[in-house]
Amino acid sequence: MVPLSYYVILSAIVFFIGVIGVLIRRNIIILLLSIELMLNAANINFVAFSHYLKTITGQVFVFFVLTVAAAEVVIGLAILIALYRGKATVNVEEVNLMKW
Amino acid sequence: MPGNFIPVNYLPIVIFIAIALAFGGVTLLLGTLLRPRRIYKAKLTPYESGNIPFSDARAPFPLRYYIIAMIFVIFDIETVFLYPWAVVYDKIGLYGLVEMTLFISVLLVGYIYAWKKGALEWD
Amino acid sequence: MTFSVTDIGAVLPEILIAVYACAILLIEPFLPKDRREILAYFGLAALGLAFIATWQLLWADLTVLNGMFVLDPFGNFFKLLLYVAAIMTILLSMGYLRRERIDLGEYYAFILLAICGMMIMVSGSDLVTVFLGLELMSITFYILVGFKRFEEKSLEASAKYFILGSFSSGILLFGISLLYGLSGTTNLEAVALHLRGADPGNPAWVLAVILLVAGFGFKIAAVPFHMWAPDVYEGAPTPVTAFLSVGSKAASFAVFLRVFMEALGGIHADWRFLLILLSVITIVMGSVVALVQTNIKRMLAYSGIAHSGYALIGLLVGDRLGIFSLMLYMPIYAVMTLGAFGVVTLLRRGGVEGDAIDDFAGLAKKNRLAALAMLIFMFSLAGIPPTAGFIAKFYIFMAAVNVHLTWLAVLGVIFTAVSAYFYLKVVMVMYMKEPDEEVHLAAPPAVVMVLAVAAVAVLLLGIYPGPFLDYAQNAALKIR
Repeated sequence: MVPLSYYVILSAIVFFIGVIGVLIRRNIIILLLSIELMLNAANINFVAFSHYLKTITGQVFVFFVLTVAAAEVVIGLAILIALYRGKATVNVEEVNLMKW
Repeated sequence: MPGNFIPVNYLPIVIFIAIALAFGGVTLLLGTLLRPRRIYKAKLTPYESGNIPFSDARAPFPLRYYIIAMIFVIFDIETVFLYPWAVVYDKIGLYGLVEMTLFISVLLVGYIYAWKKGALEWD
Repeated sequence: MTFSVTDIGAVLPEILIAVYACAILLIEPFLPKDRREILAYFGLAALGLAFIATWQLLWADLTVLNGMFVLDPFGNFFKLLLYVAAIMTILLSMGYLRRERIDLGEYYAFILLAICGMMIMVSGSDLVTVFLGLELMSITFYILVGFKRFEEKSLEASAKYFILGSFSSGILLFGISLLYGLSGTTNLEAVALHLRGADPGNPAWVLAVILLVAGFGFKIAAVPFHMWAPDVYEGAPTPVTAFLSVGSKAASFAVFLRVFMEALGGIHADWRFLLILLSVITIVMGSVVALVQTNIKRMLAYSGIAHSGYALIGLLVGDRLGIFSLMLYMPIYAVMTLGAFGVVTLLRRGGVEGDAIDDFAGLAKKNRLAALAMLIFMFSLAGIPPTAGFIAKFYIFMAAVNVHLTWLAVLGVIFTAVSAYFYLKVVMVMYMKEPDEEVHLAAPPAVVMVLAVAAVAVLLLGIYPGPFLDYAQNAALKIR
C-alpha cells in the first residue's frame, strides 16, 4: 500500500506546477490548464484523504469540484472567444487596456 | 497483501511493451544509419497526395468549434452524476429519483435556452 | 438519506430565486426585443418574494439537509442585506442597460443566480456548500463583468477577473482539502469539535489557514490579493460594479466570519496575527493609492479595499463585539457604496463615459439632488458624523480597543483622516468647479428612488441607529 504522504506530496507538486503556470505563462489557454491542475491537485488530496480516513465526503466533494471546474472552463472559453473576436489574441500581455 | 504486491500477471504486457519499443527504436535507428542522404527542397515538403501544398496547415479553428465544445463539456459532466446515481439507485429510491429529475430538468432549461439561441446550429 | 418538509421550507428563498432565474432563461428567447424590460420586474418579484420568505423565517435556527445548510438569524441578516442590494442593482440597471444597448434578459437571470450563490454561501454550514455557493457567485460575476461584450475594456476586466478569481478558488479549494485531511470532515461544526480534542500544533493547520485566508482574501479584495479590484471595477458595467463591490463583499465576509469563527475558532490565536497584518496593509494601501486615482470607479475600488481592511478588524477581534461591529459595517458600507455607484451611472450619457472624477465638475448645478446625495455618500464613506459611516467605524474601533489593540484603532483613525481627502475632493469638484456645459442632467425615476432610499438610510442609521443596532445584536453569530 502506498503511504498517504506520497499522495500529499504528489498533490503539492501538481498544485505548485499549477500556481507557477498561472504566474509565469502568458497564454490564456495555458492559464486555464494551470488552474485546472490546481483544482485537480485538490482532488488528489480529497480522494487520498477519503480513502485513508474511510469517509466518503472527500469523494463526493470531488464530484462537485469536477462540475465546478467544467463550468469554469466553459466560461473561460466563452470569455476567450469574445476577447478573440475583438482582438485576435489570446496572450494576456496584449490584453492591457487598463494597467494591471 | 499490501506492501509486497508483485503484479506477476502483468509481466507479459511489460515484456510486450519493451519489445515493441525496442523494435520501433531499432528500425528507425537502422534506417537513419543505412539510408543515403540526398536532400532537396521538393523532398522536404509534406506529402499531400501529389498536390503542391499552398498554405500553412495550422489554420485557426472556426469559433463554432469552441461553442460546440462548450456545450459538450457541460452536458458531458452530467454523466458524472448519473453513473453513481444509477449504481445506488435501488438504495435511495424515490428521493433519488426526484433529485435526479430536478437535476436533469435544470439541465433541460439550459438545453432549451441554447437551442432557442441557435447555439446548436452549424451556420 | 433523511429528508423532510422542513428542509424545503428552510431553503425556500433559495429555491424561489433559482426557479425565477430558470424561468427568466426560458422566457427570454420567446420575448420580442422591446419587451425584455418585463424580465427586470420578474427579477424584482423574485427578490420581493424571497425577502418575504426570509422575513418569515427571520429568527429560525435550524440545520437542514444533513448538516449542509444552516438557517440562522446571522445568515438571514446577510440575506436581507443581499436582497436590498440586488433590488437596488436591478433598479439601477434598467436604464443603464438600455443606454449601453446591452438590454438582454439574461442579465437579470445572472443577477438572481449570483445572489442565489451568495445566499448558499452565507447559509453554508459545510465546506461543500460554502465552496459551491462561492463558485456559483463567482462564475456568474465573470459573465456579468464582461456583459458589455462589444467593449474591449469590459471583456478585459472579465478575463482578468476570471483568471484571478479561479486562481483564488483553486487556492481556497486546496486549503479546504487540507482542512478535510486534517479533521476528517468538511462540516464546520465537526471541524470545530475535532479542533477541541486534537493538538493543533501540526504545521499543516497553519498552511490550511493561510490558504483559506488567501482564498477569501481575494474575494473581499484584501491587500495583497486586491490587484483585480480596480481593473474589474473600472471595466464592468457600473451597476454590476456596484453589486460586485457590495454583494460579493458582504457575502464573502459573512462566510469568512462563519468559517473562521465557527470552525477555526479554536485556533484563533494562530490566525489572528495573520489577519492583523492583512488588515494593516489593506487599510494603508487602499487609502494611500486611492489618493492618486482620477477615475471615480477606480477610486471607489481602492476605497472598497480600505473598507475591507477596517471590516477585517471586526473579524480578527473575533469576540461578540467584533462580530457585531463587522455585521454593522457591511450593510452600512453597502448602502453608501450602492448610492455612490448610482450617482456614477447618472453621468453616463451619449459619448461621455462619465467615470472620471473631473466629470463630476459642477454636478451641483447640473442636478442638485444627485450632488446632494453624492455629498452624503462621500461624507459617510469618509466616516464623518452624523452619517452611518461614522457609526460603522466607531464600533469597529471600539471592538479593537476592547481587546487592547488600541494601536490598530489609532492607525485606523489616522487613515480615515487620510481617506477624507479623496472623498472630499469629489465633493469639492461637484460644488466648487464650474460645469463644462450648461445642461440639466435628468435622472430616471428608478435611479432617483435608489438614491433617495440610500441617502435616507445613511442619514437615518447615522442619527438614530438604535433599532438597527438591536437587530444586529440579536442576529449576531453565536460563538460556541
